[in-house]
Amino acid sequence: MTMNDDDIILRMKGLRIEGRSEEKWHEIVHGVDLTLRRGEVLGLIGESGAGKSTIGLAAMGYARDGCRISGGEIWFDRVDLAKASTAEKRRLRGSRIAYVAQSAAAAFNPAHRLIDQYCEAPVLHGVLNRREAETAAKDLYGRLHLPDPETIGFRYPHQVSGGQLQRMMTAMAMSCRPDLIIFDEPTTALDVTTQIEVMAAIKDIVEQFNTAAIYVTHDLAVVAQMADRIMVMRYGNLVEEGETRSMIESPKQEYTSRLLSVRELSKAEAKRPEGETPILSVKRVDAAYGKAQVLYDVSFDVPKKRTVAVVGESGSGKSTTARVITGLLPPLSGHVEYNGEPLPADFKSRPKDHLRRMQMIYQMPDTALNPKHKIRDVIGRPLSFYLGLQGRKKEERIRELLSLIELEPDDYIDRMATELSGGQKQRICIARALAAEPEVILCDEVTSALDQLVGEGILKLLIKLQDELDLSYMFITHDLATVKAIADEVVVMQKGRVVEAGPKTEMFTPPHHSYTDLLLSSVPEMDPDWLDRLLAERGEQLRDRGI
Amino acid sequence: MSAILTMIGQRLALGLLTLWVVTMIIFLAVELLPGDFAQALLGQSATDETVNAIRQNLGLDKPAVERYFIWLGDVLQGDFGRSLASERQISELVGPRVYNTLFLAAYAACIAVPIALTLGILAALYRNSAYDRGVNVGALAAISSPEFFAAYILVYFFAVQNAWFPSIARLNETTTFTDRLYMLFLPAVTLTLVTMAHMMRMTRAAIINLMASPYIEMARLKGIPRGRIIVRHALPNALSPIINVVAINLAYLIVGVVVVEVVFAYPGLGQLFVDSVVKRDMPVVQASALVFAVTYILMNLSADILSILSNPRLLHPR
Repeated sequence: MTMNDDDIILRMKGLRIEGRSEEKWHEIVHGVDLTLRRGEVLGLIGESGAGKSTIGLAAMGYARDGCRISGGEIWFDRVDLAKASTAEKRRLRGSRIAYVAQSAAAAFNPAHRLIDQYCEAPVLHGVLNRREAETAAKDLYGRLHLPDPETIGFRYPHQVSGGQLQRMMTAMAMSCRPDLIIFDEPTTALDVTTQIEVMAAIKDIVEQFNTAAIYVTHDLAVVAQMADRIMVMRYGNLVEEGETRSMIESPKQEYTSRLLSVRELSKAEAKRPEGETPILSVKRVDAAYGKAQVLYDVSFDVPKKRTVAVVGESGSGKSTTARVITGLLPPLSGHVEYNGEPLPADFKSRPKDHLRRMQMIYQMPDTALNPKHKIRDVIGRPLSFYLGLQGRKKEERIRELLSLIELEPDDYIDRMATELSGGQKQRICIARALAAEPEVILCDEVTSALDQLVGEGILKLLIKLQDELDLSYMFITHDLATVKAIADEVVVMQKGRVVEAGPKTEMFTPPHHSYTDLLLSSVPEMDPDWLDRLLAERGEQLRDRGI
Repeated sequence: MSAILTMIGQRLALGLLTLWVVTMIIFLAVELLPGDFAQALLGQSATDETVNAIRQNLGLDKPAVERYFIWLGDVLQGDFGRSLASERQISELVGPRVYNTLFLAAYAACIAVPIALTLGILAALYRNSAYDRGVNVGALAAISSPEFFAAYILVYFFAVQNAWFPSIARLNETTTFTDRLYMLFLPAVTLTLVTMAHMMRMTRAAIINLMASPYIEMARLKGIPRGRIIVRHALPNALSPIINVVAINLAYLIVGVVVVEVVFAYPGLGQLFVDSVVKRDMPVVQASALVFAVTYILMNLSADILSILSNPRLLHPR
């Protein structure tokens, strides 16, 4: 051993992991080496299926059900976790290696108070007694800038917001002052503005306690803010490894460059033709779920053959607006016009031909497709339902539609929806919408469940289809890079109101509405100094306002 | 908190509505039974005149709707009427029987519920092990064999071969509480065998269903031992289905014990019910059926309310 080795907290050698599918074991991580020094933050980046989360969990000697560590060594503090006993691994987990999961809402037990869940590990591992643990929790809640640190822990998980919950989980991971924390996509499920708070809190606390961390994410811009060093993974292999700054500035591999340029897709804005009736017009709509009003005086147009992006954070009323337009949720007041004609509020009283002209594509292609149906049935159904196609004509049209979405008809027509990847499923959903020969398609977060490169492919396809078929899109998204990529016009929503609307170029040039400004400035940039600079600027602004 | 009270209030109102509908069904069903009391009572000596006299005397000649409302009005005032056969007050007749049945049900529940939950939790803990398979096979065997069969097997081994327990449960005024427990041991065990399997399998399934949740994975990654994960992290979230299956089985313990009561000659409500049907003693049949209905509705109502209370989102609103 050299002197230097004492400094190394985790070392993986030739790590191999297998996953079980169709009654056979397949290797999904093919011999990965990894070293991590004390206090160092390592970013593991890649698309889904790259094996990054699997490697992150392997650092705790843990493999999910249906996976197993099949080879290699995982040395943590003179213990090989690949061979260690269950008891030994249990002793280390939670106390010296801790985990922060992607969805805090799902990873906290709904039945227990937050502070009870915080105290569980330190008390069980004999690090602190219950009273000490509670005091430490409150201290840590304060350091993570949670509101009311003295009392917030006594709430249940559903009683605090998503961003707060994610910080509570970081606090819980810190409860035993571990040497290593695995962050598994900790901000992926959050809004951009909330993501910043969480990123800042994590970065700050990891530095304060000099904790080593593995930060798993698919977002290179996020990891650029957090990590000292980055490993790019693909298909269970290492693609490239290097210091954050040098990798961002000069990536060596083509794949890394593609990940770096993923946010740069941008469609040229088409102006709205003068004096033309918009195809869809939302007029002064108020809407509510039961007694809770969620939309206030929402008005905007979708011009023919254009894309209007509706942007906002979760809870801003974007999807509710789509429900009003489709007639799933009749509004309290106001109405929707189609080609200048008012539409009946309830979809049940709209003629079938109206329903046909307006189609939807959803966020989760997994749940939007019936897993028991073949692709033929998925696309065939709207063809018979709306257009009465049968037999050979229907078959031909299905094949045509598959070619249109760039999937080889012979390969896909008889497959089950479950046999496809996420991106392919979303393409099928697009084909299903197109089958009705619509004029307007409402796209609800259609790329946010997909990997960035795959999502980019979907956006390009949608742009191409718009040109070929003269479609109009209403595009709901929380992601401003997507807006840049696809929109002609933008509508910004906040708390059920439209705060700003206009052509895309106008939206992206100052001066903005203050909320638009907050949204725009919160989108992570590839620059590793972006977060620090932004926080400093916002701090100054607050000081200027005397807060 | 007020949301919960409203919800419980709604459930109570629904329960009362159900009960009202049930009184109509009971009355109608009894009306539809073939034969009539006067004829059954007089047997061979029945002439048109004597039959009519008895019917008039007992008010059986009035229209059904009128009799229904008279009956309902009396029941609401706590008056179940008199038995046609013995002319005793029905409340006197049914009261002790209800107590006996409830006693046996509670006794069986005290054995069955803790054992079923424990076995279910252990089966979830050692999933797919030899223990898990053994318990499952045993539970299935117990539930598949008819009650009288289980009862006679128990009697054969524990009352005939070894005279450890009495084979019949005859009570009198001098029977003490401990004597009762002793005499009712075999019936209670029989009922346990029949009801345990449901509860145990539901407990196991509900827990295993949750073991793939992210918060269970989180607990494992916090280094928490498996037993504690199941009891503290999975069980509280699995309570709702478990409560429901326990409630259904408790209701069965009260409503479905006729066979066991007959085997052990135990004077419970089920026996009274069957006897009264044979004698065409309609007021007693109606009263017993009403007790059964109330039991079922109460059990389901409490299961509903407990399920609501076991959900932290409802118990601790934002």
